Amino acid sequence: MSFIEFVSKNYNEILKSLVRHIELVGISILIGILISIPLGIFLTRHKRVAGPVLALAGTIQTIPGLVMLGFALVLIGIGMLPAIIVLTLYAILPILRNTYTGITEVDKSYTEASRGIGMTNMQTLFKVEIPIALPTIITGIRLSTVYIVSWATLAGLIGAGGLGDLIWTGLSTYNTKYILAGAVPSAILAFILNGLIGLLERILTPRGLRRSRI
Amino acid sequence: MIKFQNVSKCYGHTAILKNISFDIKQGEFVVLIGPSGCGKTTTLKTINRLIEPDNGKIFIDGKDITKANPVELRRTIGYVIQQIGLFPNMTVEQNISIVPKLLKYPKQKCQEIVQDLLALVDMPYEENAHKYPTELSGGQQQRIGVLRALAASPPIILMDEPFGALDPITRDSLQEEIKRIQKKLKKTIVFVTHDMDEALRLADTIIFMNNGKIVQMASPEEMLQNPADSIIKSFLGKHMDNGNGVPKLFAEDFMKTKVFKVPRTSRTLECIKLMSSKDVNSLVVLNDDDTYLGTVSIEDIKALGKPGKEIAELVTNDVITVSRKEGAQIAFDKLLSSKSNYVIVLNDNQTVAGLITRTSMAKALGEALWGEVL
Amino acid sequence: MSGALLEGILEHMAIVSIAVLISSVLGIIMGIIAYWVRFLDSVILWVSEVLQTIPSLALLALLMIIFGLGDITMIVGLVLYALLPIVSNTYTGLKNVSPHLKDAARGMGMSKMQRLFKVEIPLSFPLIFSGIKIALVNSLSVAVMGVLIGANGLGTIIYRGIQSRNMMNILMGAIPVVIMALVFDFGMSKIEKKLIKRTK
Repeated sequence: MSFIEFVSKNYNEILKSLVRHIELVGISILIGILISIPLGIFLTRHKRVAGPVLALAGTIQTIPGLVMLGFALVLIGIGMLPAIIVLTLYAILPILRNTYTGITEVDKSYTEASRGIGMTNMQTLFKVEIPIALPTIITGIRLSTVYIVSWATLAGLIGAGGLGDLIWTGLSTYNTKYILAGAVPSAILAFILNGLIGLLERILTPRGLRRSRI
Repeated sequence: MIKFQNVSKCYGHTAILKNISFDIKQGEFVVLIGPSGCGKTTTLKTINRLIEPDNGKIFIDGKDITKANPVELRRTIGYVIQQIGLFPNMTVEQNISIVPKLLKYPKQKCQEIVQDLLALVDMPYEENAHKYPTELSGGQQQRIGVLRALAASPPIILMDEPFGALDPITRDSLQEEIKRIQKKLKKTIVFVTHDMDEALRLADTIIFMNNGKIVQMASPEEMLQNPADSIIKSFLGKHMDNGNGVPKLFAEDFMKTKVFKVPRTSRTLECIKLMSSKDVNSLVVLNDDDTYLGTVSIEDIKALGKPGKEIAELVTNDVITVSRKEGAQIAFDKLLSSKSNYVIVLNDNQTVAGLITRTSMAKALGEALWGEVL
Repeated sequence: MSGALLEGILEHMAIVSIAVLISSVLGIIMGIIAYWVRFLDSVILWVSEVLQTIPSLALLALLMIIFGLGDITMIVGLVLYALLPIVSNTYTGLKNVSPHLKDAARGMGMSKMQRLFKVEIPLSFPLIFSGIKIALVNSLSVAVMGVLIGANGLGTIIYRGIQSRNMMNILMGAIPVVIMALVFDFGMSKIEKKLIKRTK
């Protein structure tokens, strides 16, 4: 049986896994953004707690994905919920760190000018700091997404489905076709999302902040 | 307009402002100057409450500024900083109209303001309004920075070393523009600088600060003539060494007043006698009402003079004259380009005040640079 | 049990160190080529970025098709995965050496090789070192997945814990991984700071 035959025969299963994979990634990135952008902004206003919080998030990042899924499996059980919790945890750090550094590195002359001309703290944040930091924040979202697409392949191990399921079946039965059917789409997915968010990054960079190419 | 009453500020144990009091009048251009760390920028920033003083009060139009909401206060005071701080994510138009928008002016009015202001600095609206700050030169950026401060027509504008980062030529033209704008729009401007040249050029009143205290508050002329302290002298001295920073000297500062004058009706013989007794070879000839007529030289008398004739016939007008309030440099140029060895200095009523010779010029220059010369 | 743990740690370290060593040599060479050969820089950087974009399990599974089950597959996977930070830091480091120093070296009559080894690499070493640090810390974590393609290391203990739903076993395998990652991150960051001070 050739690979093409395999794909056309198992078309539905592959598509289902792909959709589930996208669901896992999409949901956890969305929750990750909702948590880490406000948290990152909060940390720029409370620099004293920023160090410990970022260090904690960094430590979570060093915990291998397999271990985190293991924890989730033991503590919560199988299914999509534990997978999404774990993936969300991984999504937080890059976005959090980039939100924090992006806003912290906004040149002091801009914030001083905005205060001096009578902007409130909220106006300074939304009209000046966030627009200037936006490219950095989106880079964080891009990094998170690539991570999550990768770790989501492990979600199959705890019964959450996704493309990892196919790879996993392939690995445990030495079936190359299953491996390819899972690995290739997941790689392409990561690649496409990376490119798309990179494009978004460029579009959302205010024209005045784009580096002039001479 | 702005009144400081015993204002003090400490950071930890260091006192930045020590009991500062002064008044700024409506429409006045006040320059705060002094060595770095003297408290000039702190003083400026207390006016729009970017820094809150520990003690003392500041009044604007008789109202204690601590009673106002700081954000609303700042919207009524223009603010320009050295780093310019134009928002890079906004166009020129958005940057200028930001305060009017914060104050919820109608859209139409915001645009009119932008158009009017750009016209004020000769930057055509169509060409510039939709550019981003990075697409402008440094001088243009700071022009927009000034316009942003002017946009909501605040009566007071604070400027914190606004031209410090610009090249000398751009700085020069911006100084001229800000002075012109200030006069035209009758703004009260408080301006911080460490450049005495800039202060002398722009200020109606200079406030010289050192160690958190006001050393002298005076007009530029008065400060030049009577610097209150050696540190001010050293600021002025440094300024004099800056090449073009020669203090304001006029023709009258260089002239010698001992001039030998004769009425137009004098006879030639009298004139020759006078010349030989005083050991000079020319005389100034006056009209009947003592106004300047011309000069006469010994050579002319010897060549053309007939005894008993009135000297008026021999008077020539080829000696150059300057008014006594003429700038020293112009007088200097005239002296150097003149065929005779001197120029005549006239009073406003055309009577003779004195004359500048090459020797008197050199002596006066020497005195200006090194003090009294024997 | 403690014997198995020690064995796991040693195996884990061995796999990671071999992989990072190979990756460093390869990555630095690729970085130098990207720096020297102008039209190759975007290609080389793009390839190493794409390699890191591929989900780790997918990459390992694909490599398994070629190299079969075992440590070799894991090492190859880690080498490919660790390339990006080393290549890009080497390239950026070399590129950012002050042009004045490069000119000075050229002016003294140094050859291209001499400039590279005597001036450019020593000056960009802190950044290259930082790339190696990132690669090493990442690899410690990724290497846990070796168990899925039949490689040794701490992943074996963790996986056994997952299968038996035994939290203790998972922790026993996981804690050394996290501690190693934090220790290397901390220690190498210290060294990095010293290196930066010396080249400043």
